[in-house]
Amino acid sequence: MHLSVAAAAYAHAGHDHGPTVSDWVLPLLVLAVGAGGYLLGAAAYAGRRHRDWSSWRTASWLAGVVVIATALSPVLADQAAQARGHMVQHLLLGMLGPLALVLGAPVTLLLGATSSTLGRRVTRILRTRAFHLLSHPVTAAVLNVGGMFVLYLTPLYALAGREAWVHHLVHVHFLAAGYLFAWSIAGPDPAPRRPGMGMRVGVLVLAAAAHSYLGKLLYARAGELPPGAGHTVAEMETAAQWMYYGGDVTELLLAAALFSAWYRRASTSRRPGDDGLGGLLGGRSDTGQRG
Amino acid sequence: MPSSDTLDRPRSLWVCALIGIGLMAAVDEIVFHQILAWHHFYDRSTGDIALMSDGLLHAAELVILVAGFFLFADLRRKDALAPRSAWAGLLLGLGGFQLFDGIINHKVLRLHQVRYDVDTLPYDLAWNGAGLALLLVGVVLALRSRG
Repeated sequence: MHLSVAAAAYAHAGHDHGPTVSDWVLPLLVLAVGAGGYLLGAAAYAGRRHRDWSSWRTASWLAGVVVIATALSPVLADQAAQARGHMVQHLLLGMLGPLALVLGAPVTLLLGATSSTLGRRVTRILRTRAFHLLSHPVTAAVLNVGGMFVLYLTPLYALAGREAWVHHLVHVHFLAAGYLFAWSIAGPDPAPRRPGMGMRVGVLVLAAAAHSYLGKLLYARAGELPPGAGHTVAEMETAAQWMYYGGDVTELLLAAALFSAWYRRASTSRRPGDDGLGGLLGGRSDTGQRG
Repeated sequence: MPSSDTLDRPRSLWVCALIGIGLMAAVDEIVFHQILAWHHFYDRSTGDIALMSDGLLHAAELVILVAGFFLFADLRRKDALAPRSAWAGLLLGLGGFQLFDGIINHKVLRLHQVRYDVDTLPYDLAWNGAGLALLLVGVVLALRSRG
């Protein structure tokens, strides 16, 4: 999937024998563990707190699990022989899936569903300096979009096609870095010392810009990039356009998640400038100055 | 009915200017790139720096559109939306972006042209003229909305 050779091998397996049972093990495992664990958590939450866990958050998490399982399933692996199929898989696994998972607020659910001892332990990890640095929007953006530059502009793409373990590692990286990025920009989970709106909006714009640039670069050099991939120019041009517009959709969704959370917070803030956007825009930010 | 002391004119103008920029950018992308296919996704004469600037502008436009709508909703919620300032801002945003796109994107950065295989002069005049007209109406409205 991260390379035509691997993809072609996949597709071949598909054409000759049809997807085998073992091809379905990973996606079904993801589906069962991801959905099952979360639903158990929601049940424990309701038992402990005597009120239901948000059904919106549950729906979002389940959607994320389905998206990721689909991306890993033979349904898409067959398509991945085409550079376009690979790109769709990358969008699902690294962008749309992680965003849906993040909006499921799994850490908040965990804190509400389990004992206070475990909660304290989790909170202690969230407060560490290492976690703060790792989850900073800048770090997350570099890991996420920077990872794509490394994949598409170096022979890593070709290597991932030859070696199955590299190929799986790339998938794990896409998922983890995508999750970290969505979490740092628009995550509803608690994060001590989370950077303000200005930083998060700025990083979102820069990261999306770098992603758009990479999309157009792959289009412009469709014959040469990724090195050693062996995709045809037409194939790569289509894939690059999917990357570009798929990135747009993700950026829009991330921005909507970020600003809707701001909108809800701003309704409770009374002091002018409390909305965190006072510095970005001129003028009064609140009717509090009336008196 | 909002009373005049809750109105926030400068913010109404800015927020609607953001929406205007985002809307015009969306019209450009949807109508000219996708439906008419007059503009090209990538033009062989585009340089590397221009591609980077294009990425940055494109990313900023999308966030500006989303931010604009939530900030607009916030103004409405606080009864702070000043309608005349808002219209002035919207037109300033629409015209400002159109003119910026016509001069910076098409001519300075040479990302793409309005249309290919034709004489671009009448298209450029129409494009930038429309932008200038929108911008001027916005300026007039902004001046009249003060006070």
